[in-house]
Amino acid sequence: MVFQVGSGSTAGPGAASRRAGPAAVGGVLELLRHPLLHVVVRRLLLAVPLLFVVSALSFVLVSLTPGDAAHEILGANAPPSAYDNLRHELGLDLPLYEQYSRWIRHAVSGDLGASLFTGEKVTHAIDARLPVTLSLIGLSLAIVFVVGVGLGVLSAVRGGAVGRFVDALSLIGFALPTFWLGLILIVVFAVNLRWFPAVGYVPLAESPSKWIRSLFLPVLALGIHSLAGIAKQTREAMLDALASEYVRMARANGVSARSILFRHALKNAAIRVVTVLGVLTVSLLGGTVIVETVFALPGLGGLAVSNKIQHDLPMVQGIAVYFSVIVVVVNLVVDVAYTWLDPRVRTH
Amino acid sequence: MSATEVAFAPVSDDPAGAVTEAPRFLRRLLRKPIAVACLAYLAVVVGVAIVAPFVLPDVAGEQAGDLLAVRQGPSWNHLLGTDTLGRDVLDRLLVGSRVTMVGVAEALFVVLALGVPLGLAAGFFGGRVDRVVGWLADLAFSMPAIIIILVVLSVFPQSMLAGMVTLGVLAAPGLMRVVRSATLPVREELYIAAARVSGLSRTYIIGRHVLPRIAGAVIVQASLLSAAALLVQSGLAFLNLLVAPPAPSWGGMIADAATAIVLQPWLIWPPGVAIALTILAFGLLGDAVRDATTERWSAPVRRKKQRRAPSAASAAVRETTHAQALLSIDGLTVAFPSPAGRIRVIEDVSFQIGAGETVGLVGESGCGKTVTAMAILGLVPGNGEIEAGRVVFDSRELVGLAERELSRVRGKEIALISQEPMISLNPVFRIGWQLAEAVQRHHGVSRRAARARARELLRQVRLPQPEIVARRYPHQLSGGMAQRVAIARALAGEPRLLIADEPTTALDVTVQAEILDLLRELQREQKMAILLVTHDWGVVADICDRAVVMYAGQIVERAASLPIFRQPLHPYTEALLASNPQHAPEDRLLPTIPGMVPKPGVWPTGCHFHPRCTYATAACRQRPILLEQPAADRETRCIHYDRLLATR
Repeated sequence: MVFQVGSGSTAGPGAASRRAGPAAVGGVLELLRHPLLHVVVRRLLLAVPLLFVVSALSFVLVSLTPGDAAHEILGANAPPSAYDNLRHELGLDLPLYEQYSRWIRHAVSGDLGASLFTGEKVTHAIDARLPVTLSLIGLSLAIVFVVGVGLGVLSAVRGGAVGRFVDALSLIGFALPTFWLGLILIVVFAVNLRWFPAVGYVPLAESPSKWIRSLFLPVLALGIHSLAGIAKQTREAMLDALASEYVRMARANGVSARSILFRHALKNAAIRVVTVLGVLTVSLLGGTVIVETVFALPGLGGLAVSNKIQHDLPMVQGIAVYFSVIVVVVNLVVDVAYTWLDPRVRTH
Repeated sequence: MSATEVAFAPVSDDPAGAVTEAPRFLRRLLRKPIAVACLAYLAVVVGVAIVAPFVLPDVAGEQAGDLLAVRQGPSWNHLLGTDTLGRDVLDRLLVGSRVTMVGVAEALFVVLALGVPLGLAAGFFGGRVDRVVGWLADLAFSMPAIIIILVVLSVFPQSMLAGMVTLGVLAAPGLMRVVRSATLPVREELYIAAARVSGLSRTYIIGRHVLPRIAGAVIVQASLLSAAALLVQSGLAFLNLLVAPPAPSWGGMIADAATAIVLQPWLIWPPGVAIALTILAFGLLGDAVRDATTERWSAPVRRKKQRRAPSAASAAVRETTHAQALLSIDGLTVAFPSPAGRIRVIEDVSFQIGAGETVGLVGESGCGKTVTAMAILGLVPGNGEIEAGRVVFDSRELVGLAERELSRVRGKEIALISQEPMISLNPVFRIGWQLAEAVQRHHGVSRRAARARARELLRQVRLPQPEIVARRYPHQLSGGMAQRVAIARALAGEPRLLIADEPTTALDVTVQAEILDLLRELQREQKMAILLVTHDWGVVADICDRAVVMYAGQIVERAASLPIFRQPLHPYTEALLASNPQHAPEDRLLPTIPGMVPKPGVWPTGCHFHPRCTYATAACRQRPILLEQPAADRETRCIHYDRLLATR
């Protein structure tokens, strides 16, 4: 992360508008100078090459491998004419850069093409599965954040048993692969205890209680590692803040213990926790691929690895773009959050 | 697999490798049982991965085993049971270790081959190279790694090489950042600069001087990356994306077990335990290497609940001597626990401060001035404890007071400003907010009134444009402004005693004078007593009524300021005054005190100052020296004060 975002002006808050002249122009200039805008623009500028690289990757890779989608669809025994027709129909006879620029042109207008095999529109297929993945990630994030920060603060203040619990949790989160943890949870809580369904998904709109029940074990399997990570990060950041000079001085001048903990220390610790949260969300996203497979959830991650789309490049590419966009959005939110939290970034 | 990206992000930008000398490092590592256990376990796994496929050549191609004995639990014939096709689980586990470890090795090789050179280049050359590499790392970090790998695998189906190489490429930026930040400080070191100047080639310098220094950090990362690569390898194998059946792999075996999870849950355990143990071994080994490379000779000591020693003498405060004293410290002794036992940092410290008086607490750094000042507020740093003594403020004993009670004294009765104004204010709150909080705490007024009072306080410390300053954050202030704000906060409770711990040390000379002026004026206005901790006799001369001189945890001289300047009665005071640049004749070298302040725990017996003292005799070394009173209102911890008198 780059923390220098300001435009380098050291003038006071009032200086910019005084220099800007007419009020309207001044307002716009003020807005452009706003550090939050810098952060957003910087992140979006990084998003362009990101989406470019991700989407171009599959085109480049295809050109490296023998055979093409027409072969895949028609099989080895089709007549050459049918093969040529299909190639032309799919645009595979065009040079690679032409194919890519065509894909880009369509993608910009929201059209990611259609599945080579089923003919279903890529956006349509993905949109149908997106709510599952977003529920999974959203729920995991909420729990990871609330419980993780809570445990972290508690173990920073109390240490002892809570601290050992967090250590144990992070050891489990580190060593147990998500897919194995998921299976263990199924064996214990679904097969033996029958508390939760082993597999499947119930939409929120259908039944909120069943929605929660269907997501409980997946969220647990997916989130435990991130939860331990957040808890440890929060603990370290809190201990650092509590040992800092500003806390020592606040305490020496009579600031109450509660305010020191929940205002002075926690807000400083939050800056570090939020930056980690971004990385963790990206890793949660990767984890959905596994968890959705283990728990047979009809989501985006499960789709990405189902053998139905093994050679269906438009689908693979569509999923890659969706995932990348989610990552961009998450990073954007994180950047805005820590810019908002940390005045050293905001006001320069 | 959710661990992937997390584990790949640099665990910390802080390079683990301090100075590592290979043999000592190895010995230190092998002294840790956990490191030995991890290394032994990993050696066994690697050994099995190499040997098993040769010893059990049929297992890799075995489509099905005994179909009459499928999904069996452990037995003598099949120690770990049989899988869904009746094949021996143990055999497959042993043979499957090959593909698993090869996958890890492939990813690790790519990470190292990319991450180390790029990180070295970025750290060593800096400038444009650094920026380009940094941008690439940013880009790689914002990619959903797993999806990229899936895209690659959809083009190269079941090619483990393709999958693991992609993983290596995506993980390289993490290692690169660590290598870069480990290289940066090394580059700045003198011997590197010297090597450059003497015309040695860059590759030689990097290979000979820089690489050994960052090796520790790289080994730590390599270990953690191996754990992450194993996680990804087994995850992809679980999804049947890496290894074509029937060849066994640990992840694939779990996938197989998942199909029979209701009928034979046992099957998920052998491969799962193998994966978890191996990941754990890599991870713990990384931690152990990190511990062995960094000099962590002190484990973080958890802060204990401060136990306060009940005041030694339970008798009532000696009314006679403390009658007018606002603050009276009597026999204050603070000690810290250490492996060698308790170490005293201050010993039998006693002095008084009258209402409205300014007292200077003088001495070199390491004499216990700050500990004394903080102990008054009941804030002994770290896990130190008040071992004995009393702190009586306005006829009220502070030692042994509950934390809750003490926090009402702090700020309201006794306030503190420190020598580091810039870091003594919370960086994430506005100045106005921080002042208003203090005002509200001490006076219980409304938020609105507190804010108005905050601006008034800023005016009181002579800050121009208080409205603007109130809206600022600490990093937007200069050192002098920040110290004024800190003083304003200290004034918020209208305290009767202000402890100023080296309030001008970190400031420019011109600003120093302004802050001292401000303190003097405020004292006159508020009738507030000040305890000024300083090593600067100029400051003492400037505003202190009396001076208390400390050396190695003890008070060595106590008197009014003027008499001390005229005639010090302790050799330490005399030496300190002589080494003060403001009073030294310009044409002569500034005299210095030979030697250093002894650290707590190694104080000499007898007079603490005798090893550095020109007056020392045998008597000084034999028994502790007591404070003597050679004249009215003069006290010294020296038996030779008459000889000091004679030299004048």
